[in-house]
Amino acid sequence: MKTVILGNMATALAAKLSRAEVIPAYPITPSTLFPEKISEYVADGEMDTQFILVESEHSAMSACIGASATGARTCTATASQGLALMHEMLYIASGMRLPIVVAVANRALSAPINIWCDHQDSISERDTGWMQFYAEKNQEALDLMIIAFKVAEDKRVLLPGMVGLDAFVLTHTMEAVDIPDQDKVDEFLPPYKAPYGVLDPEKPMTFGSFGTPEYYMEFKYAQTKALEDSEKVIDEAFAQFKETFGREYMKIKPYRTEDADIILLTLGSMSGTARAAVDVMREQGMKVGCAKMTVFRPFPTKELMDICKKTKVLAVVDRDISPGFGGAVFGEAAAIYVNEPKKPIIMNFIVGLGGRDITIPDFEAMTERAESALSAGKPERMVEWINLKEDNL
Amino acid sequence: MAKVTVGAVNPDPGSSRNYETGSWRTLKPVIDFEKCTKKCFFCYDFCPDSAVEKTDDGPKIIYAYCKGCGICAYECPKEAIELVPEEK
Repeated sequence: MKTVILGNMATALAAKLSRAEVIPAYPITPSTLFPEKISEYVADGEMDTQFILVESEHSAMSACIGASATGARTCTATASQGLALMHEMLYIASGMRLPIVVAVANRALSAPINIWCDHQDSISERDTGWMQFYAEKNQEALDLMIIAFKVAEDKRVLLPGMVGLDAFVLTHTMEAVDIPDQDKVDEFLPPYKAPYGVLDPEKPMTFGSFGTPEYYMEFKYAQTKALEDSEKVIDEAFAQFKETFGREYMKIKPYRTEDADIILLTLGSMSGTARAAVDVMREQGMKVGCAKMTVFRPFPTKELMDICKKTKVLAVVDRDISPGFGGAVFGEAAAIYVNEPKKPIIMNFIVGLGGRDITIPDFEAMTERAESALSAGKPERMVEWINLKEDNL
Repeated sequence: MAKVTVGAVNPDPGSSRNYETGSWRTLKPVIDFEKCTKKCFFCYDFCPDSAVEKTDDGPKIIYAYCKGCGICAYECPKEAIELVPEEK
């Protein structure tokens, strides 16, 4: 059934449809509606869930870890400083191989204080060992949450995952969302069976044990391998999701890239604008396409290379910045080509930090620079900030 | 070396018993039973490693696990425990 809802309602509904058994949450703009909706569902008896009020995001993730270790399906939502406060616990969740799912309302980090959209918060958690999915619209936020549980709980994976949805652009925007039937979600996502069973006082186990130098590397290798193995499991989950619900997901979804000289690589809600910009530029005869990255971790190396096989310029559009280098997505997109004899010109555009709108003229400006790079044989600058008010500097 | 488990879970806990920490000790607590009341068991209560046993004959230090922290000697109201350097 199609219903018009906010992005935060989509993630809360996903938690409900996934029958999350424990949800510890601490409110933070712009994800606050998530715990509000969950407490409403629980109070109304619509959801059989232990909703835990905690005193910080650090506690929220700690409670998720404890709950997940007992064998319960668990999730939460946060953003920006909240995710940063969870940072040390994120490593513990992935190291303990707990399939926790977090909806991240992608928001800029302070200072200066800013509550609006960029991807810095989750991109900064790149190395925590979590899977990362990015939604373009509210429908994707809902679907990807359910898919994230499916992949996370797979025996071949057993790792946590975060689903990013853009602050305000999605979290506080009404969109028509097809709410899946509970029966179908139950069929797609059966109850979680923890690898060691449910924690029982009659059968004690040690969680979060010590890993001495003789063992630590093997644990880390096994964890890394599991994240790499999730590539296949994600593809399987996407295929099964399409079969069950009819909606198609891809790690990277190309748009008009077949004969494109220039490909704009995007994440999140800007992807729709990129497609509109591509249509405008195609009208003018420019050979440009775009590709939306839905899965950032594990990094879809093969998929990106396949899409860019014939392209001449890969323009990576980052809504984040690793100061002293450039965009984080760019860094990785460039790194995968390091040993390739044939590679496109790879350039980086920093856009939309702290909620600055990303518009069609922005994508036109990027494409223009990509064209200059193409005729010159290399870009004037590797990393370029778009729509920066240089007069104000 | 044991095989690594998923998430470092130990499904067979209580294994610290197999890990004897007595070799860490540089100072060895020795009870002088002339001074010991054999019934207050402060040493038993305060030992952070449960390395003191309660027996009918008074406290007994389990040297296989005692790390020699000296808390028992510090807490003993009769000053009946002496820390003797470990010498080999």
